[in-house]
Amino acid sequence: MGGTTDMAVSLAHYLTVSAILLVLGIFGIFLNRKNVIVILMSVELILLAVNLNLVAFSASLGDLTGQVFTMFILTVAAAEAAIGLAIVVIYFRNRGTIEVEDISTLKG
Amino acid sequence: MNWTLALPEIVLAVSGLAILGIGVLPKRNTHFPCAIAVIGAFVLAAALALGTPEGTGFGGQVVSDAFSRFAKVLILVGAAAGVALAIDFNAREGLDRFEYPVLLLFATLGMMVMVSANDLMSLYMGLELLSLSLYVVAAFNRDNERSAEAGLKYFVLGALASGLLLYGASLVYGFTGTTNFDRIAEALSDPSKATPGLVIGLVFVIAGLAFKVSAVPFHMWTPDVYEGAPTPVTAFFAAAPKVAAICLFARVLGGPFGGLAGQWQQVIVLVSLLSMLLGAFAAIGQSNIKRLMAYSSIGHVGFALVGLASASEAGMRGLLVYMAIYLLMNLGAFAVLVAMRRQGRAVEQVTDLAGLARTDLGMAVWMAIFMFSMAGIPPLAGFFGKMFVFKAAVDAGLWTLAIVGVLASVVSAFYYLRIVKVMFFDEAVGALDPRPAGVSFVMAASGLFTALFFLYPAPLVAAAQAAVAALLG
Repeated sequence: MGGTTDMAVSLAHYLTVSAILLVLGIFGIFLNRKNVIVILMSVELILLAVNLNLVAFSASLGDLTGQVFTMFILTVAAAEAAIGLAIVVIYFRNRGTIEVEDISTLKG
Repeated sequence: MNWTLALPEIVLAVSGLAILGIGVLPKRNTHFPCAIAVIGAFVLAAALALGTPEGTGFGGQVVSDAFSRFAKVLILVGAAAGVALAIDFNAREGLDRFEYPVLLLFATLGMMVMVSANDLMSLYMGLELLSLSLYVVAAFNRDNERSAEAGLKYFVLGALASGLLLYGASLVYGFTGTTNFDRIAEALSDPSKATPGLVIGLVFVIAGLAFKVSAVPFHMWTPDVYEGAPTPVTAFFAAAPKVAAICLFARVLGGPFGGLAGQWQQVIVLVSLLSMLLGAFAAIGQSNIKRLMAYSSIGHVGFALVGLASASEAGMRGLLVYMAIYLLMNLGAFAVLVAMRRQGRAVEQVTDLAGLARTDLGMAVWMAIFMFSMAGIPPLAGFFGKMFVFKAAVDAGLWTLAIVGVLASVVSAFYYLRIVKVMFFDEAVGALDPRPAGVSFVMAASGLFTALFFLYPAPLVAAAQAAVAALLG
């Protein structure tokens, strides 16, 4: 055992990676001043972090629920990306730009 | 498997698909028949929801009880009024596409799934069905820059909120080994099971839900989206989805996480305090009435969460009564906003209401009733909502919350009463266009409820009591 278990990828490793992905996603949304597409990618990153979490927990618990949940999330994420891109397209048609800094008609 | 538990949802889903088919087939414009059909489907679903048997089904995914029944009826009332308010407005603004009522139908279906969810999975599916439909309707006026921007902002922040909620759900699943509410409650019945990982998961879930109810500090999308979206869409946003999200909040915190009340109570107290204060102060300087109503709705969510923060039966009952009253008076106030058109153009400044009492006394009186009620002046309905939640807070020993709440409602009375002053005492700026029948009906119905609630409050309070008993029992 000894040497091999030290090298094995444990649940904690998966959770760490997924926490890093989550933080990257959140920072990608709030620190990004450039382009809305980057925000859409960050949203996907957050959902991937969740999926990784669920699959890792599912494997370690020996319970399939987490993987079923992941399938649902993947499906919804696809629909969400489609709607997000559609909204970005109509926004671009109105304003001719998708720079994050230009999205400021509404404020007060 | 007892599929009759989800009969209202199934009927609504099937009618949604049917209406979609009917809408797309003929060559002519089918907005009006589709809107009427959607309202019909809502009425049918409400009738079915009242007769749904109780129990859990679909592998523990769905629960039907007094709580889900109460929430569903409120949601369907709000949604039907939301569709009715839009019919005439959309036709005049060139938004009379049949997709609009169909999208609202699917949003409503999502809300109904949400409030009868008994599993993190069905909760997520319901919430996403609601959110995805609402992103689209926020941007429904697609040739309008502000509507597109509202849709974009709502989408980005809504997707982030869903992500946070899901991350929390994944942690809850990992640390309890289940996504089912009943089994989570079982696993948490012993408070020593509250591991740090689980509490972090709970905080993420609360953050995600707070986004959806637009509670401070997750409120920043609300004013922009309310202002930018077409007025009937704003009316819809402020009514049914808010009630559904608050009911979901109560279901999640009171049901599976009831054993962790000690952990979430402080979070809710803080969120509620901040929402009440922001709602009271930020609305004062607003000149756009839709933006003002956005801050007002943030404040109302704060007041409602006072009931949740009490974490008691009386508090939860207060929360449900508050949301029922909020729904109806808000629908009325937004009916007035939808009717604000001058020379064929929608107007949305507070000053556009100037002298309304001289040009349309009926509407001015209804609006005054809604404003007085929102400010919490007795004997109007809004006063009773506030009284129930503040009394629960005092009984739970949350004196600070109750005192800040009363002070916040005094401050917010300033801007509600300013609207009354503008309507009754300012120089008239010209008559508004005649209002359509549907809008007048919603205005009058919710006005009568708001004004006369004090005569006969027992049925609503008893229904809320039964709902809470089912939730906490």
